[in-house]
Amino acid sequence: MAENTYAVQMLGITKIYPNGIAANQDVDFCVREGEIHALMGENGAGKTTLMKMLFGLEEPSSGEIYIHGEYVQLTSPAVAIAHGIGMVHQHFMLVPSLTVAENMVLGMAPKKAGLFIDRERAIALTKQYAERFNLHVDPEAKVADIPVGMKQKVEILKALVRGAKILILDEPTAVLTTQETAELFKEFLRLKEQGFTLIFISHKLNEIMQITDRLSILRGGRFMGAHDTGAVSKEEISRLMVGRDVVLSVEKQPAQPTAPVLRVRDLEYTNAWGKKMLDKVSFTVRRGEILGIAGVEGNGQKELVDMLFNLSRPSAGTIEVNGENILGLSQRKIRDKRVSLVPEDRMLYGIAGEASIEENLIADRAHTKALNAGPFFRMRKIHALADALVRQYTVLCSSARQKVSMLSGGNIQKVVVAREFSNDPVLIIAQQPTRGIDVGATQFIRSKLVELSREGVAVLLVSADLNEVMELSDSLLVMYGGRIAAYFEDTAGLTDEQMGQYMLGLQTQSQQEIGRVCHE
Amino acid sequence: MLDFLQTLFRADFFFSILRITTPILFATLAAVIVEKAGISNIGLEGIMMISALFGSLCAYWASSWIAGLLAALLVGVLVALLMGVFAFNLKTDVILVGIAVNMIGSGGTLFLVKVITNLTEGKALASTTSLAVSANQIPSISIPLIRDIPLVGEILSGHSLLTYLAFALVFVTWVLLYKTAPGLNLRAVGENPHAASSVGVSVLKMRYVAIGLSGLMAGFGGAFMSMSYAAGWSQDMVAGRGFIALAAQAMGGGEPLGSMFSALLFGFAQAFGIKLSSKGVDSNLASPIPYVVTILGLLFFALFKRRSGSLRHRAHKKGASK
Repeated sequence: MAENTYAVQMLGITKIYPNGIAANQDVDFCVREGEIHALMGENGAGKTTLMKMLFGLEEPSSGEIYIHGEYVQLTSPAVAIAHGIGMVHQHFMLVPSLTVAENMVLGMAPKKAGLFIDRERAIALTKQYAERFNLHVDPEAKVADIPVGMKQKVEILKALVRGAKILILDEPTAVLTTQETAELFKEFLRLKEQGFTLIFISHKLNEIMQITDRLSILRGGRFMGAHDTGAVSKEEISRLMVGRDVVLSVEKQPAQPTAPVLRVRDLEYTNAWGKKMLDKVSFTVRRGEILGIAGVEGNGQKELVDMLFNLSRPSAGTIEVNGENILGLSQRKIRDKRVSLVPEDRMLYGIAGEASIEENLIADRAHTKALNAGPFFRMRKIHALADALVRQYTVLCSSARQKVSMLSGGNIQKVVVAREFSNDPVLIIAQQPTRGIDVGATQFIRSKLVELSREGVAVLLVSADLNEVMELSDSLLVMYGGRIAAYFEDTAGLTDEQMGQYMLGLQTQSQQEIGRVCHE
Repeated sequence: MLDFLQTLFRADFFFSILRITTPILFATLAAVIVEKAGISNIGLEGIMMISALFGSLCAYWASSWIAGLLAALLVGVLVALLMGVFAFNLKTDVILVGIAVNMIGSGGTLFLVKVITNLTEGKALASTTSLAVSANQIPSISIPLIRDIPLVGEILSGHSLLTYLAFALVFVTWVLLYKTAPGLNLRAVGENPHAASSVGVSVLKMRYVAIGLSGLMAGFGGAFMSMSYAAGWSQDMVAGRGFIALAAQAMGGGEPLGSMFSALLFGFAQAFGIKLSSKGVDSNLASPIPYVVTILGLLFFALFKRRSGSLRHRAHKKGASK
């Protein structure tokens, strides 16, 4: 009878995608009946993949799933729904132009005369469930017009009305304000009282401690154990979540920073949903130093880089490079000030996949006099330049005329890096420069960054990889909740535990301590 | 000038607006349904051409307008479903499929006509670009009571059966889309297919339903062209009505009633052009009128939409900053 106390047992689950990436490896994930269970891990740790398998959106490569002790094969969401599993997706699965009630009954609409929708019954059903679960929604409002918090409630009700007893909530608080989050948590506790089982995906430590009974941790697709929430400390959890694996070491002389290059002051940004993503961010990057920005993803780092390269506009603040404003300038003009960017999404912003290696390498300088003779390219010069860069950056390819999308991830990133590092930059913004690439390419790119900084380039390194920022940076910022939570002038002697405290918002430095990064 | 206007705006002019609007309206409804499911069927023109040919032929062979109409509808649905196979199952770009159907509608029908006349007549008729079939036309209906009202009777009574059907289908389409469960599923699939499939609605099935219905509507339009508007089929007789319908759909905001009014506007423009040339105005001047109206209509619509769109955006931003 022991297994009957489990609502969900996923045993020995491995998921390998056709491209060879293992999203989950031998994961044992068990949830007890009637508990709120947190599934934790950093982005890319395999949380969402695991839950997609539980909701029938993906099928495991190997492993077994039991629901209430019964072996099941979840081949589609419809099968999962039939087993009483409901999922509230991170990106809402709602139809904006339909009303709340219509979204509720989509695919199972009550009918009259066999064909026509019974609107009254749809509305009554919505009201009935809204009252029963104390999730207040307006059945007749269009989904496009209701606030995010209410959309979330509609999603939860949608799962409940389909008979879900086990609810999967994929980062439900990511888009909510603090008040909405507090309200949502009250609702979760009420659902728990009524005997529902909740699986709560998150990487926010405080939220987890607040409402969950037990938690499971994934790191890099592997199961790091399940614990009673009360029995482990936050420090222990953060160590399991962000802990280090292999340490790659890079030879590094001590930095001798000189004049300020990038000067960011009081940068603020509120996103389209009214959430403040950046709040009074100020810092300076000087010649010859690598300033790292660490933090769990989603704490404003991405927004910050977007501002620096004018991919979106801040609500307030100033950005200067060598004393000149770059805020609002076109990317071409920003690049003319010798600013380089290694973007986070290399396939979208880093390269043009259908173009050749050569074309990608000259993309930032294709308009310059050096490569043009009247309306025509100086092809010989371009070939020479591309061949030299391919050699110098050891891009593994048959020829520089090869299509860039044919390369492996690591070699694609080398192409991006070769372009961005070779145009005599004064400032390099490197955003997750080694994410998802092999060890060799990682090592190469890291040593190249160090080399350039020692030659006098200012480097801003934004990375969610704790190893990377701690290893490479001369000094370090930690971002949490859109603010700078800490500044460490020297990374020597910093421990993972210390970092975890700031990254998860358990500690914040004083304004004076943080203000030192402005070097004024 | 006043004389001219008086001779223009007489009952027969308004009668001809309704008649000319009919095929545009059928195609417009086809576009409304299929766009609601998130598909752009630009092949309506071609489907109408093919349906027009088979309608006319079958009416002639079977000596029955009903047989002709049914054949036109069947062919319309089949061609549309075939488009679905290419677009949804074989993942061809739906626009390219539409272009192919339009080319078949233009060249393929002509080819078929030559093949068929060769077989039936036993000799090559190289110059045949039309089939005159004056018998077995779709009947016109004279409505009791209404026909006796002066002016109104002249305008509303005595139309082809399909003209009445076209306007009735505006209402039917609205009911289908907004009052029935399949209509709800269809709109959901068009707007957020992920949401639809996450609750077990088959996206593929609804897309086939939508494109099949668009073929049915275009089939009506084709049948009307060759069996009521003209006596028989002729080369490129649909003359852009399938494209004008796409404009009418867009201008009507994709809604059945609004799109009907845009279709009527284009019908008016065509009737006006025909009337002008019958009054002796150079046809080179008169015949572009419907197309010029289409372009102007789309331009005004785009400007209007941009303004209301930016207003809504501003309102949204205001709401967000609260």
